[in-house]
Amino acid sequence: MMLEKGLEERTFYLNLGPQHPSTHGVLRIVLEMDGEFIVTADPVIGYGHRAHEKMAELRTYQQYLPNMGRVDYLHALAYNQCYCMAVEKLAGITVPERAEFIRVITSELNRISSHLLWFGAYLLDLGAFTPFLYCFDDREQILDLLDRLTGSRLTYCFYRFGGVPVDIDDDFIAGCRAFSQRLRSRWDDYDNLVTKNVIFIHRTRDVGILPPEMALQYGVTGPTLRGSGIPYDIRKSEPFSVYPLFDFEIPIGERGDVMDRYLVRLQEMEQSLRIIEQALDKLPNGPIMAEKVPKRLKPPEGEVYTAVETARGEFGIYLVSKGDVKPYRVKLRVPCFSNLSVLPELIKDTMVADAVAILGSIDLVIPEIDR
Amino acid sequence: MQFFLAEGARLGLGLIGVISLVAVNALFLIWMERKVSAHIQLRPGPMEVGFHGALQTIADALKLIGKELITPEDVDKLIYLLAPIVMFLPVLVSFLVIPFSPTLLIRDLNVGVLLIFAFSTLTVLAILMAGWASNNKYSLLGAIRSVAQNVAYEIPLLLTAMSIILMAGSFQPSVIVSQQAKVWNIFVQPLAFLLFIICGTAETNRAPFDIPEAESELVAGFHTEYSGMRFAIFFLAEYTNMFIVSAVATIFFLGGWHGPFLPPVVWFLLKVYALIFLMMWFRWTFPRLRFDQLITFAWKILIPLALLNLIVTAFVLKLVR
Repeated sequence: MMLEKGLEERTFYLNLGPQHPSTHGVLRIVLEMDGEFIVTADPVIGYGHRAHEKMAELRTYQQYLPNMGRVDYLHALAYNQCYCMAVEKLAGITVPERAEFIRVITSELNRISSHLLWFGAYLLDLGAFTPFLYCFDDREQILDLLDRLTGSRLTYCFYRFGGVPVDIDDDFIAGCRAFSQRLRSRWDDYDNLVTKNVIFIHRTRDVGILPPEMALQYGVTGPTLRGSGIPYDIRKSEPFSVYPLFDFEIPIGERGDVMDRYLVRLQEMEQSLRIIEQALDKLPNGPIMAEKVPKRLKPPEGEVYTAVETARGEFGIYLVSKGDVKPYRVKLRVPCFSNLSVLPELIKDTMVADAVAILGSIDLVIPEIDR
Repeated sequence: MQFFLAEGARLGLGLIGVISLVAVNALFLIWMERKVSAHIQLRPGPMEVGFHGALQTIADALKLIGKELITPEDVDKLIYLLAPIVMFLPVLVSFLVIPFSPTLLIRDLNVGVLLIFAFSTLTVLAILMAGWASNNKYSLLGAIRSVAQNVAYEIPLLLTAMSIILMAGSFQPSVIVSQQAKVWNIFVQPLAFLLFIICGTAETNRAPFDIPEAESELVAGFHTEYSGMRFAIFFLAEYTNMFIVSAVATIFFLGGWHGPFLPPVVWFLLKVYALIFLMMWFRWTFPRLRFDQLITFAWKILIPLALLNLIVTAFVLKLVR
């Protein structure tokens, strides 16, 4: 696709970001351009660095919990869950089954809301304005449900060490069922108006192909990896919480292009709905908090790694305790950092418009990369 | 002497009429765009200022007038300042020959159609000037795209226009309209109408062909560095261009002022605004094409189709007459 460079032709540099409509945050990508084509791309990160890992060393285990909702604000509950799981594993706390069910239901709802937001924002990147508001209309239902339960709409801090603080009631269950019905009735609209749109297909088919080998080399996870045809999902590969109890599939793509990543996310929403419905059906009775969780938590010396599947990929926490009230060290393994690292390879030799389409298809949350 | 006085008065009145029409039309279209997009997107749109937000655009225009006019460093000052004017003036000229009704037209030139096309092409020059002078890479990329796009889409636009002119045997807008008293051209030339609307949308840089100002790629394209009223003039020109393209399409295909019961000028405006609504509908429901796909679409699909249409029209006319 590249033109051969003549004597007089020179490349120039174009700054995509840190303030740009398509980076969805303060990400800067330095593009070396040959006309409309990109020769090299160099992501520059760190504009939103908030020292989350260092903060963990200065706060008690409980005090650090609210930070988790702010690493990735779009799928905050999965981060909550991962951190709680790490501390529980370290301190030897067993979570009651009902609490695990509530965690799964709320986390999957949160996953759908994250994917819906991605869907709308991605089409905005491609120049379609309207789907964004339809997605927000759907997403609003989830936010209302979670708002009533958790008290917040975005940066949730809902799980506690040993369970959840609030039980779900019949209204919430009825709301969940109504929502899943409503969203299912929307699939046809999304399919007919967006997925089958000729312009959309032209913009996404065979654009930004990520070969499975390259994805593995860069440590790409989440829908971006599954779009390339590798069925790696922590919920199945290394099951945590009560996920093994549910029957759901891991959607994968075939070609690894932008379209496949898009389809994987759409199908994942449907699978999340299935998980939620099964969880509501099987919801056991019982306590929602483990007994005797000390107010002043002092886990024994040791180290632990837990991982969950977030909307963007594998999120892991490596936690080291020296038997103090504060963690000795917390390392966050965030999916977007690895997913971003593959971007320069993907947008080489493409046009700016494709670069935007590819950047969006990776679904980055910039504060998560910077941590 | 008397002839010149009468003509002068006619021209003066015409200019005042055109300028007020342009201003009112732009205010109305921006409000309409907001309302149309809002209702497509499940929201009410502006509701606060005036009845259903009718005065919202006036409030926004006042805000824009109050804004500081920023001239960035290292711009090519003369060209930077001239660009909005070059953008806007040709748009005004086109109004001179648009027949709103059999009597309501300023100048019934026998090359009226040619004049409209000649002057509407000048907007490309203004976009190129704005992009070049702004000393901004996004502006420059937007300007380059715009020139490539306008050159590509001008050709099928003129080719389809030619087939209509062949049928009418005249470049005079009023003649083209009066020949459609019985049958509108859209029923005779449906393909030409389709091509004309597509090219017209591209000519006015509207979505899905809004590549020159693709906001998710080029921030704001060629007018990234313009603020306040200078930006507003680009905005005004875009909406007035929409009106002109729709007016030309109405003259060519929808029988201009013809229609039962209502006065001719009402029919004309109704048809124009219906076409503008169609263009707004496009914008709020389609994603954007990629730059190379857009050019390929013009050269490989639209131009051959337009040529074919022209040749078939010529043949049929030869056989009939």
